[in-house]
Amino acid sequence: MTITPLLRVEGLTKTFRMYHLDSMLHAFEGVSFDLHEGEFLLLRGHNGAGKSTLLRTIWRSYLPVGGHVIYRSGHGEIDLANAADVDIALLRREEIGFVTQFLNARPRVAAQDIVAEPLRLAGMPQAEALDQARHWLDQFGVRPELWRAYPSTFSGGEQQKVNLARALILPQRLLLLDEPTASLDVGARAALVRRLADLKAHGVAIIGVFHHPGDVAELIDREINLNTRVVADQNAEYGHVAV
Amino acid sequence: MSLDLGLPALERAAPRLMQTEPLLNMRDISKSYGNVRALRNVDATVYPGEVMGIVGESGSGKSTLLRMMNLEDTPDSGEYSLRLPGRENENLFDLTRYERRMLCARNIGIVYQNPHLGLLMKHSSSGNVAERLLIAGERSFEVLRDKARDALDASEFPLDRMDARPIELSGGMQQRVQLAKAIALEPALLLLDEPTTGLDVSVQALVLDTLKRLQRDRKITMVLVSHDLGVIRTMADRVMVMRHGEVVEQGLADQVFQDPQHPYTQQLVHAKL
Repeated sequence: MTITPLLRVEGLTKTFRMYHLDSMLHAFEGVSFDLHEGEFLLLRGHNGAGKSTLLRTIWRSYLPVGGHVIYRSGHGEIDLANAADVDIALLRREEIGFVTQFLNARPRVAAQDIVAEPLRLAGMPQAEALDQARHWLDQFGVRPELWRAYPSTFSGGEQQKVNLARALILPQRLLLLDEPTASLDVGARAALVRRLADLKAHGVAIIGVFHHPGDVAELIDREINLNTRVVADQNAEYGHVAV
Repeated sequence: MSLDLGLPALERAAPRLMQTEPLLNMRDISKSYGNVRALRNVDATVYPGEVMGIVGESGSGKSTLLRMMNLEDTPDSGEYSLRLPGRENENLFDLTRYERRMLCARNIGIVYQNPHLGLLMKHSSSGNVAERLLIAGERSFEVLRDKARDALDASEFPLDRMDARPIELSGGMQQRVQLAKAIALEPALLLLDEPTTGLDVSVQALVLDTLKRLQRDRKITMVLVSHDLGVIRTMADRVMVMRHGEVVEQGLADQVFQDPQHPYTQQLVHAKL
């Protein structure tokens, strides 16, 4: 493909150094792949193969020890592997989203305010942001009587719906999904797939880890197998990278 | 591929995408009290609109550093600049005592853990807020009263109690009066020294929520010192970890908590309940 990819991951390597055990924990080594706009990439691998770790390393919750993550942002090209923290913080606000299985609920903040927050931070007036927040809470099947309640008391499934509404309310350019369907009921899962399909159609590039990839089968363009110490990009642009 | 195990990729020079200039810049700050070295070669950079968290155990130098930022104390060596109109590239430690006091009153707000440090306990709450405005040169009674009321309101202090003296108020309310005083002049920088330590958890949550709202709505840049990792995790965009007067690690808050690089930070994070 000749079009410049949105994301080019080259030789990305992550190890954790655990001082209290005086040891190194090996996560993955030499991961390489390209991702284009509107593409949906599924990460496969057994438990502990490093799927979530790879997502977190791209998101920069984890610091890579080697390799590059060249991202074509709206502000220019940048290597996420060694970009300054302030740049990462800005890209997270504007362009890159990360959806986990857990809601980071702040105490005493209503569900609708949690969902509206990314829009408020982007400068949208309160009333409009709340309208959109309620729309997405509704889409994911959160009942209206819960919109003004504090999610810290919600069940796992309801919290996850709030989490998804918040995470997907802003159209990003790159979306990282870490098992977002865990603990979701059928209706919410369908709403999620619809929203992801819509974002993908608008050019959002997506990398996902799914416990049941069947949930998003129709969206998947490509798969990468992350087996311990061996990474194969099935698109074969880089061929098989064995370390 | 540059594979240098143990050395984070970040320690290589990071090319910058955005050309945002920091609001606060501290370089090579050192301070000793007698033969105790409170701060050693500390650098700090805080960008407009962000919340910088400072964590570390008692005696690590975090409050000392905050006092330097508030120009209450000067270091033995080092430079400090704030990107304020007409003040760029000026070492604020070179200012006279009077100039420092005026600069602080107009541009820096502070909330202390101990309300006795920040408030006159036997004056009215609104009077405490107005005092800050008086120092900055405001003389009209109406303006003083209105601005004090606005600041108390923004700090979510119940206005029907604005004439109550802090000594008659609960700990959470006293912190709100301190906060109102700190933000009355719309400071560029808000310093928070353990602002919720000692408050019970429900009050703590409310105060943190107020701070978060202020940060979002007014884009106030904040430096938050706390030994409570939960508070820092909730509030901060970036974190500095201090130990024995030195910064041992800094980074994005989630990175410092999820992938701490320094042995001390790993210990600290693993000790969290």
